[in-house]
Amino acid sequence: MKEDTGYYDYWPYRDRPRITWPNGARLAFWVAPNIEFYELDPPRNPQRTPWPHPYPAVPGYSIRDYGNRVGHARQMTLLDKYGIRGSISLSTALITHHPEIIAQCRERDWEFFTHGIYNTRYTYGMSEAQERDMIAESMDAIEQAVGRRPAGYLAPALSHSETTIDLFAELGGIYTCDLFHDDQPTPVRVRNGRRFVSIPYSLELNDTIVYVVNKIEPRRYGQIIKDAFDRLYAEGANSGTVMCLPTHNYQVSCPHRMKAFEEALEYITGHADVWITTGREIAEYYLAHHHDAAMADINLKLSGS
Amino acid sequence: MPLDPAFLQYPMRRHGMDHDRYDWSMLVDRPAVRWPEGKTLALWINVSLQHFPMNPAGQPVKLPGSMTMPYPDLRHYTLRDYGNRVGVWRLLDALDRYRCRPTFAVNAVLADRYPYLTAALRERGHEILGHSWSMDTPHAGGLAADAERELVRRSLDRLEQAFGHGPRGWLSPGKLESAQTPDLLQAAGIRYFCDWVNDELPYRFHTAGGDLWAIPLSTEIEDRFVVMDNQHSEASWARQVMDAADFLLAESIRQGGRILSLSLHPWVMGQPHRIKHVEAVLDYLGSLPGVWQAEAGEILDAFVAQASP
Repeated sequence: MKEDTGYYDYWPYRDRPRITWPNGARLAFWVAPNIEFYELDPPRNPQRTPWPHPYPAVPGYSIRDYGNRVGHARQMTLLDKYGIRGSISLSTALITHHPEIIAQCRERDWEFFTHGIYNTRYTYGMSEAQERDMIAESMDAIEQAVGRRPAGYLAPALSHSETTIDLFAELGGIYTCDLFHDDQPTPVRVRNGRRFVSIPYSLELNDTIVYVVNKIEPRRYGQIIKDAFDRLYAEGANSGTVMCLPTHNYQVSCPHRMKAFEEALEYITGHADVWITTGREIAEYYLAHHHDAAMADINLKLSGS
Repeated sequence: MPLDPAFLQYPMRRHGMDHDRYDWSMLVDRPAVRWPEGKTLALWINVSLQHFPMNPAGQPVKLPGSMTMPYPDLRHYTLRDYGNRVGVWRLLDALDRYRCRPTFAVNAVLADRYPYLTAALRERGHEILGHSWSMDTPHAGGLAADAERELVRRSLDRLEQAFGHGPRGWLSPGKLESAQTPDLLQAAGIRYFCDWVNDELPYRFHTAGGDLWAIPLSTEIEDRFVVMDNQHSEASWARQVMDAADFLLAESIRQGGRILSLSLHPWVMGQPHRIKHVEAVLDYLGSLPGVWQAEAGEILDAFVAQASP
């Protein structure tokens, strides 16, 4: 085991090369609905148990099914209203289970990135070949379903190996959502030496972390989103920032939580200098315009100057 | 050593669900439902009446609200029992004041322990749901089928004896089930159950002997979950319920009837500092012209009358 991920170098937030976004925007805003399939009876991973109850884990399974049956259409309606294209973190088995959802997202030109095959199949314990096969199969499934190979990866249930991001880069990916070390895109060092970036995704604003782990009230979540936006929007006047809202249809789309979420989206999209975009578009823009200057600055700062 | 190859095989990857209990369908794609009197939002108020033994076996799992301290856990035992002595009467007064007709999920042991309470509910004519024997009889994976069949039978028989008729509906303690719970409920004559929180309208749930109706009773907005597990204030719970009602009412006008399911526990909301927040909620919901307050069985009947065969 390693003390550090090895994926990036220390790079202080101050005095970086200025990031600019299209049309002079200060902040790139993206919403990442996790559209997931959890299995009722998955094979047992030796390192992590999927459900807190013995089979059948009705409470955990059924609320996640609610996300697909009830919640998805609700969040999609809201994102339509505010002109936001979702960047879907997709359990790719859902392409087979619920193609109706995939069709609705395709109609809207949403981005599909891979989140593994099932959210109940953890990476822990996989050999490198097994993990490569799993990621490749998920990328192939998206490419076959929507006609475009995915650019991004969020490991299933945030379960990783030491080489997860290396493998994804080797399979042709360009960005990861698995690192939470920054509020701007940053270059990631991957094994094959390709240009690859981390796009800020946020655990702190992730509805499941907020509601399930931190047990925060819906209206306070709305306020947290606005407060985070205000600060990143202000700082973005100096150098462009990124804000992501990672969501889950079984959390944010519950009836008692929709109002606070809608108010937050209305607030953010009511600002002029916001680039409402997708994870892929941020990654591609950054690679084309800012990545190389960032690398040069990182190497400069590493020398202590 | 790599994982067992079975970990990278997906035998249930197919259209629809990864099991055969119910069919896949999105709420938004279903025919619009209409409730009586031209209303669009049905309000179902469930009150769970529970007995938490002071000496729980906790097998195969311990249920939420169960004892947590070394025996004898006087504090949790009596705080739960408070609901049956004090809280339920305070809650009934509040429900009466706002002319609400709740549905009661009742641990059958209450008929033995507190016949005054069950007789009062019988006199008032409320709909009763089976709620197993006590909060120490979880229906969970690991419970033998024969033992569970006997548990279901014993619970329903005792309620039938106390109330003069058997319940049509069932709520499992903690909404837990074993693999055979739905089959056993259907075989015992239950018509609907409320454990699976995957929807907001009734749907058909397949069992070995024929279909049950599933009517999900929301956990996410339940008093115990919000106030005890999430530790939100009573006022926040009330605000969340009102926000939910506003949202569902607006959606129901656009898309067809919806259900707001409120689950209350007298040992939680019957406390003197909490009851006013229940009253505020009932007052607000009663002020909304589109709300139809009804018992769970009435809501199901209205739904089934419109459902395709």
